[in-house]
Amino acid sequence: MRHIISLLMENEAGALSRVAGLFSARGYNIESLTVAPTEDPSLSRMTIVTSGSDDVIEQIIKQLNKLIDVVKVLDLNDGKHIERELMLVKVKASHQYREEMKRISDIFRGRIIDVSDNTFTIEITGSSTKLDAYLDSLDKSAIVETVRTGASGIGRGDRILKI
Amino acid sequence: MSIKKFTGAEIVIHSLHKENTEFVFGYPGGAVLNIYDAIFQLKKFKHVLVRHEQAAVHAADAYSRSTGKVGVALVTSGPGATNAVTGIATAHMDSIPMVIISGQVPTHAIGQDAFQECDTVGITRPCVKHNFLIKKIEDIAPTIKKAFHIARSGRPGPVVVDIPKDITAEEAVFEYPSEIELRSYHPVEKGHQGQITKALELLISSKKPMVYTGGGVVLGDASEQLTKLIKKLEFPITSTLMGLGGFPADENQFLGMLGMHGTYEANMAMQECDVLIAIGSRFDDRVIGNPDHFLSKPRKIIHIDIDPASISKRVKIDIPIVGNVKSVLEDMNEIYSTLEKNHDKKIQSDWMATIEEWKSKKSLSYKNSDKVIKPQYVVEELHKVTNGDAFITSDVGQHQMWAAQYYPFNKPRRWLNSGGLGTMGVGLPYAMGAQLAHPEAQVACITGEASIQMCIQELSTCKQFHLPVKIINLNNRYMGMVRQWQEFFYGNRYAESYMDALPDFVKLAESYGHVGLQIEKPSEVTDALKEAFSEKNKERLVFLDFLTDQTENVYPMVPNGKGLSQMILSEDL
Repeated sequence: MRHIISLLMENEAGALSRVAGLFSARGYNIESLTVAPTEDPSLSRMTIVTSGSDDVIEQIIKQLNKLIDVVKVLDLNDGKHIERELMLVKVKASHQYREEMKRISDIFRGRIIDVSDNTFTIEITGSSTKLDAYLDSLDKSAIVETVRTGASGIGRGDRILKI
Repeated sequence: MSIKKFTGAEIVIHSLHKENTEFVFGYPGGAVLNIYDAIFQLKKFKHVLVRHEQAAVHAADAYSRSTGKVGVALVTSGPGATNAVTGIATAHMDSIPMVIISGQVPTHAIGQDAFQECDTVGITRPCVKHNFLIKKIEDIAPTIKKAFHIARSGRPGPVVVDIPKDITAEEAVFEYPSEIELRSYHPVEKGHQGQITKALELLISSKKPMVYTGGGVVLGDASEQLTKLIKKLEFPITSTLMGLGGFPADENQFLGMLGMHGTYEANMAMQECDVLIAIGSRFDDRVIGNPDHFLSKPRKIIHIDIDPASISKRVKIDIPIVGNVKSVLEDMNEIYSTLEKNHDKKIQSDWMATIEEWKSKKSLSYKNSDKVIKPQYVVEELHKVTNGDAFITSDVGQHQMWAAQYYPFNKPRRWLNSGGLGTMGVGLPYAMGAQLAHPEAQVACITGEASIQMCIQELSTCKQFHLPVKIINLNNRYMGMVRQWQEFFYGNRYAESYMDALPDFVKLAESYGHVGLQIEKPSEVTDALKEAFSEKNKERLVFLDFLTDQTENVYPMVPNGKGLSQMILSEDL
């Protein structure tokens, strides 16, 4: 099953490679991984999307907690949460397709952030499945380039990951 | 008055001194020259110069295994650090508390492919508990403090501190922190009382209880508490290779080692019990064999471990207890005294009778010979000659298993070997570390002609530091365990397992200034051992080269991928 794991870790050189190294050394999947400093610059927050059986996920959480630099770990799937991912997509938008591209992007609440003679660049955020759905709705040949950030997640309401 | 300043190198030495470091095992080189100069000038501890960095780490590791204190090694950058990696990985797999200080090229040269540069922190990351690259001189003292704290607390392990050369030459004020707080690191000490009570209730209501202990009992200094509890419970108990000595082997309750080369009774009891309590052990593949086969028998499992990640890793646990093994066992002893009146030991009597039946198979018996030396016989005689009270180190292979099977340990920290990583070559440096830590004790290294050659250069270190270790070389001219697998599973095709072109070990030992003896006849075994441990050789390293039976196998054996009750037993039975 797909799990989205959030963690706080010391914002130190090498901390990211400890997490990435753990996943590769123990053969765990990483679907996506995003990381950036928090409002407290001594801490980084990382979101990892992974998949595995319940036993594997339990091991992943335990192994992450075992890393000395990791301050806190939360499996967002354990409760209600929101996840968002940002994607930038460059699509073919020559004369006859311009309207169509605009319309599809509106349906997915995308924003056109760059326009050239033959292309649009569209910014779109949402759950990873929504971004997948958007790409599926386009003719494959119309997609010039995509870049995705990987999912970021946060618990709903009182579910807070903080020290 | 101006405040006294110290160089980074001096700060390293003073910090190690503050941690009560007695010995540093090391090898100098460019990046650690400042540190070596400070060692020379400050004389705060004894430096043990090895002949290869791998041995420095192994010896520091053995110092730790045999004393419980943190072992310290010091190596230079580049090849110094890469040579140390085998030692670090060995210590990591067996959870040995160590601090390894490595030199690094100067800060400005890092990343420039400088001479003797390597990414030590990157290379060691997967085989340490934690590691640090020092960025500024002010960080040296607090980082060393953290390193020792991390190494010895929680589930112990090796910590590497990489120090660029320029920082060891700078100057700063030295202040060693008395306390260190790591917000991200709070190992659990105390076990959950409710879980402990639940576990005991389950155990005393069990008809077929079994106790299985591991290295955690030894590392956690919990032998006394374990022995007290298990003697009161009167349950059968087995131990992994790493846990030997945690419970006295002389006790009738002790069924011997379990696992791939465990006794028949230990493996059968593991498989057939209805409640199993695992203490400081981790259901390793060499211990439970095929996990599916192991789980095919329904049983409840209780697991005490300091590392939550060890629990339910390979086998699902019914009652997990996370905590320091010693503290949990103390609590168990206390709680059991209130439950003891409910413990009707009669319900376990059928089980105890079954175990006695299994024991009567005498799975460790072997046919001795008066023509060719049997390796098992050498180990048994060594046990007699040393009154069972020596520090025994081993390398890896058949001799390691024979040592574990035929030298029963009644005390913890007497049996030093590489159980997790299985590193050939540890035996001699382990003996060095143990002998330095216990100068008056008898130390023997049970090895084979293949393993001993992996760190043979340390005979020179032994000479320099007057280490009277006794080397028991079980020389069968084969990499015995490889040969055994080739005999069993590869149709007797002995690919590259014959040790050709062996040195004359007697002359080799003599060339290093030691005593060497070759023993060919079974009738000479005991006298040779007595001579090695005699007053005459009290100060001397003695290398006993026993020419043993070339075709002897280790039994019982659970073949790879098979279940614990699917053992191959010796044809002699």
